[in-house]
Amino acid sequence: MHDTATTFLELGAVLFVLGVLGHLASRFSISPIPLYLVAGLAFGHGGLLPLGASEEFIEIGAELGVILLLLTLGLEYTAEELLYGLRRQASAGVLDLTVNAVPGVVAAFVLGWGPLAAVVMGGVTAISSSGIIAKVLGDLGRIGNRETPVVLSVLVLEDLAMAAYLPVLTALLAHHTLARGSLTVAVALGALVAVLYIALRHSEKVTLLVYSARSDRNDEVLLLRSLGLTMFVAGVAQRMQVSAAVGAFLVGIALSGPVAEGAREVLTPLRDLFAAVFFVFFGLQTDPAHIPSALPAASLLAVSGVITKVATGWWAARRAGIASMGRYRAGAALVARGEFSIVIAGLAVVAGVNAKLGPLAACYVLLMAVLGPLAARFVEPTVRTFRRWSQRRQPSGPTVTGDV
Amino acid sequence: MDVEETPLPGIGLRHDFSTRSGRRLGVVTRHDGRRDLVIYDAEDPDASRESITLTAEEGDVLSELLGAPHIVEKLADISRAFAGLVGDQIQILAGSPYANRLLGDTQARTRTGASIVAVVRDHQVLASPRPDFRFSVGDVVVVVGTPENTTAVGRLLREG
Repeated sequence: MHDTATTFLELGAVLFVLGVLGHLASRFSISPIPLYLVAGLAFGHGGLLPLGASEEFIEIGAELGVILLLLTLGLEYTAEELLYGLRRQASAGVLDLTVNAVPGVVAAFVLGWGPLAAVVMGGVTAISSSGIIAKVLGDLGRIGNRETPVVLSVLVLEDLAMAAYLPVLTALLAHHTLARGSLTVAVALGALVAVLYIALRHSEKVTLLVYSARSDRNDEVLLLRSLGLTMFVAGVAQRMQVSAAVGAFLVGIALSGPVAEGAREVLTPLRDLFAAVFFVFFGLQTDPAHIPSALPAASLLAVSGVITKVATGWWAARRAGIASMGRYRAGAALVARGEFSIVIAGLAVVAGVNAKLGPLAACYVLLMAVLGPLAARFVEPTVRTFRRWSQRRQPSGPTVTGDV
Repeated sequence: MDVEETPLPGIGLRHDFSTRSGRRLGVVTRHDGRRDLVIYDAEDPDASRESITLTAEEGDVLSELLGAPHIVEKLADISRAFAGLVGDQIQILAGSPYANRLLGDTQARTRTGASIVAVVRDHQVLASPRPDFRFSVGDVVVVVGTPENTTAVGRLLREG
């Protein structure tokens, strides 16, 4: 029983440290993600505390964390909301994804990592963190703001794009030929369309698999059935090489109504646990010795990542008829990157694309998960100060304050 | 008065409107039942100056204080509790054959299968009206049943 004892000791220490870090994060109202990553870097190979016995558990826990992250993301949205976002902000979504993928793609080519790493890095820099952003908007009391639907629509489109992107990436990483890859992609896209159709027309039938509205709500039944269904579908998706995460996302979308609400409530604690394990696992796989050398590239990517997100948010908000200050708020709100960048980078790290990719992605997310909430918080004073400053420089110039 | 409705993907629904005094006011209805009362900034029309999150219960109390019967939410609860059943509200119009007649005269349950569970008159909810209840023009009749049955009650109350 020596092994069990060691596993418990290690896991206990890790989870307790994460708890303390989570407390610190909520105390200073920042995202816990960067702290979990740092914890992962501190443990494990080349770190302060090597984790031997519990590595297997952490690895499976991390996989579960990805599934739960995508499942709860899918539960957030109804199929109607996805289609609404697609109709309203499709062009903003396309601009957002292209403009924000470019820095990552360019970085991969400049560093000489090749096209596969470019596909990965494009995804890492393109997808914002809907978790961090939703929390920041709530904390800053901006849920009711008129630019907020624009921000949310862009996030919805990113999430939909991810449902198409992850299978492509999975196929490419598995070293399929392009033909085999496009077959997988066709299967994934077909599944996405089918699930959206089912969710729109027959979601009550899918919902019955998890919970029947006639009986009283039973959290235990709801938890076991929704988790069971999700893992089963994720397993099928993985077997078809479509990516387990996408399977989980589609289950989340197909469930709707009060059941989705209930499932989200019972699954959230589980997601918090395994998502934290996932961030630690990513940190564990990253050798902290590589972090300093990744820092310059990550900083450059962070600067361009802030600029490109602010620009797309600004443009999307202007299209929706939002006034000047609201456009900057929308742009700054989108800056944060987090869980999904790590999910994407994690796939590449497991596939062994490039040893330096993990440290760069970790560094990038560390910066962006911290910069994002700061950008959202300080965008208004910054824009005002800048305007005052530019007015003072050209006293005869056109006044812009009337536009605020 | 124009009330604007905007979906907030992943959060819920926002309704907002301008008051006669020139301020903009909104309510965000979240999926989990909470409400946010939003008061917009007078200078920046896109920004909320105040945003107060209310629990479902606090929202009910506020709406009661503002004088509105929250019958719609009650109906939503009913239809959620009994799958397949819907609640519907039917107003007694001036031309209705049942204006100024007794509820029992409609024989609604026998003829359609749906039940009349309440009547709203002058913002007052009269629950479980008896067969000797007399309808008057402007009453809003609340029926519960399958979608076909409640539609049939609507036809009955309009056309006889």
